[in-house]
Amino acid sequence: MSDWVEACAAGDIDEEDVMRFDHGGRTFAIYRSPDDDYFATDGLCTHEKVHLADGLVMDDIIECPKHNGRFNYKTGDARGAPVCVNLRTYPVRVDAGKVLIQVG
Amino acid sequence: MTRGMVIIGAGECGGRAALALRDLGYEGPVTLVGDEPHLPYERPPLSKEAMASEAPEIKAIASDVLLAEKSIRHIHSVQAVAIDRAAHMVRLSDGSVLPYDKLLLATGSTPRKLPMPGLGSRCVYLRTFADALAIRAHLSAGNRIAIVGGGFIGLELAAAARKLGASVTVIEAQPRILMRGVPAEIAGIIHAAHVAEGVRILCGDGIASVADDGKEVCIALAGGQQIAADLAIIGIGAVPVTGLAAEAGLTIDNGIAVDAQLRSSDPDIFAAGDCCSFPLAVYGGRRVRLEAWRNAQEQGALAARNMLGAGEAHAAVPWFWSDQYGLSLQIAGLSDEGRSVVRRDLGDGAFILFHLAEDGRLVAASGIGPGNAVARDIRLAEMLIGKRAKPAREALGSQAIKLKSLLAA
Ligand SMILES: Cc1cc2nc3c(=O)[nH]c(=O)nc-3n(C[C@H](O)[C@H](O)[C@H](O)COP(=O)(O)OP(=O)(O)OC[C@H]3O[C@@H](n4cnc5c(N)ncnc54)[C@H](O)[C@@H]3O)c2cc1C
Ligand code: FES
Repeated sequence: MSDWVEACAAGDIDEEDVMRFDHGGRTFAIYRSPDDDYFATDGLCTHEKVHLADGLVMDDIIECPKHNGRFNYKTGDARGAPVCVNLRTYPVRVDAGKVLIQVG
Repeated sequence: MTRGMVIIGAGECGGRAALALRDLGYEGPVTLVGDEPHLPYERPPLSKEAMASEAPEIKAIASDVLLAEKSIRHIHSVQAVAIDRAAHMVRLSDGSVLPYDKLLLATGSTPRKLPMPGLGSRCVYLRTFADALAIRAHLSAGNRIAIVGGGFIGLELAAAARKLGASVTVIEAQPRILMRGVPAEIAGIIHAAHVAEGVRILCGDGIASVADDGKEVCIALAGGQQIAADLAIIGIGAVPVTGLAAEAGLTIDNGIAVDAQLRSSDPDIFAAGDCCSFPLAVYGGRRVRLEAWRNAQEQGALAARNMLGAGEAHAAVPWFWSDQYGLSLQIAGLSDEGRSVVRRDLGDGAFILFHLAEDGRLVAASGIGPGNAVARDIRLAEMLIGKRAKPAREALGSQAIKLKSLLAA
C-alpha cells in the first residue's frame, strides 16, 4: 500500500486551485488550498463522471463544472445537490518540491 | 396537532424541497404527491446524449430507500385536483384528502402546444420519461425526424437523433435558432455545429399546415417547402402548470405569482420552480419565470426553508446550461439586461460574452466551448453578477487577468 506516485511539482498548481492527474488508467484531482496544503481526490464527479479539475476551488470546496455539485476536497464529503455520493480522497505529501499521492 | 407539509408535483423542485425539509430537521409529516408513476427524476438527460443509449434509464433524484429513510411519503400516479384553502386540505384524484399546514406547489411546466389542426400520433412533445421513451423508439438510422422549434430541447434532440443515424430537419419560424436568451454569436456556433453534423436547419419560415396520417407527418411551410417525416417533435417552449392554483383563486401572472420568499397570494401556500413567477432581486425585482434545472433545485430548497419560517428572500442569479455534440453552453444571468458586450477568449475556440448594463454593471455572461471549458469563468461571472460588480471592460476581455482576482476587488 505504499505506492506513492509523483503527480506534479508543487508550483504547478496555483493557490486555491486544482489540477488533473492521470495515472494507471485512473484520473485524480490534486488541490492546493488557500493555506498552501495539498490534497487529492478521485478526478470524476460522482454525479455524471465529469472531470472536477475544470471546476472552481473556493476555500475547501471544489465545485463541479457541469452542474455545480459541491464537495469538500479535504474530506471528500458531498456538500449539496445534485451530488449525494462522497468523493474518495487520497493521502498527499510534498517532498523536495514534488507533490506525491498514494494512489492505493 | 400538526397537519404537516404537502408538496404537489414530484419533479426536480418538489423532490428537492421534500429532502430539504428533512435536512432542516423538520419532523412532522412530509407528503410528496406526483401524477407521474416514477420517483422524482431529472429531466435534462431526456433530451441529451443519454437518450442515444440502447435503453435510457431514469435518473432519480432520490431512491425509494432514501425517501423511506427520511420518512417522506411519496404518493405517485395521483393528481391533486383541488385545494380547499379555508380547510387547509388538498383533494386528490383517487378521492383521498390531505390536510396541510403549509402547501408547496411545484407543478412545473408543460410543452406549449402547436396551435393548428392536423396533428396526430406522429406529432409528439417531450417533457416526461414516458415521452422520451416513445421518442427514442423512433430515433434510428434511416428514420426522418422533423423538429419544430430551434430551442434547446429541439436542438439537443437533433444532436441525439444524429448520433443514432436519423436524418434531421429543424424548422424554426424566427430568423435564427435560439432567439430567446442566446446571443447571435453563440447561436451561430451551435447552428454551424449542427450543419456540420448533417442537420438541415430551416429558419425564418412559419408552418402553414400539418398533415399526420399516423404513419407519416407532412409539414408545409408558408414559403411552400414540404417536409415529410416519420416523427415530428414539437419543441416550441413551455407553459407553467397553474390550473390547480388558479381554481383555488391564487394570483396568476405568467405562472403562480409569488413574492421574494416564494409565497403565493395565500400565506400558507408557496410555489417554486417552473410553475412560478417571482421578483428577481438582482435585476431590481423584475418579475420573471425561469425554466431551469438549478432554479428548480434552489427554489425547492428555499421554499422548504420558508415553509419552516426562515423568511429568506430569493437572491440567486439565473444559470442555465445545454450540451450539444461536444459543445457545452452556459449562461449566467439574463442577457437581455445588457446593453453592450465584451468578449473573452479562453482558447480551443471557447469564449465568453460578458453583458454589461449602461452603468457598467455586469448583468450576464454567456459562454460556449468544448467540454467544460467555460464553466469556471461562468461561475465566477455569476458571483460577480450577484455582487452587482462593475468590472473594468479591459479586465473582462483579457485572458491574462484572472476573473477570480476581480471578485476580491
Ligand atoms: C427534455 C428537457 C431537458 C432539459 N434540459 C435542461 C438543461 O439542460 N438545463 C437546464 O437548466 N434545464 C433543463 N430543463 C429544465 C428543467 O428540467 C426544469 O426546469 C425542471 O425540471 C423544473 O422542475 P419543476 O420541479 O419545477 O418541474 P417538473 O420537473 O416539470 O416537475 C413537476 C411535476 O409535477 C407534476 N404535476 C403537475 N401538476 C400536478 C398535479 N396537479 N398533481 C400531481 N402532480 C402534478 C408533473 O407531472 C411533474 O412531474 C430541461 C427540461 C426538459 C423537459
Ligand atoms: S456532473 Fe458534477 S454535478 Fe453533475
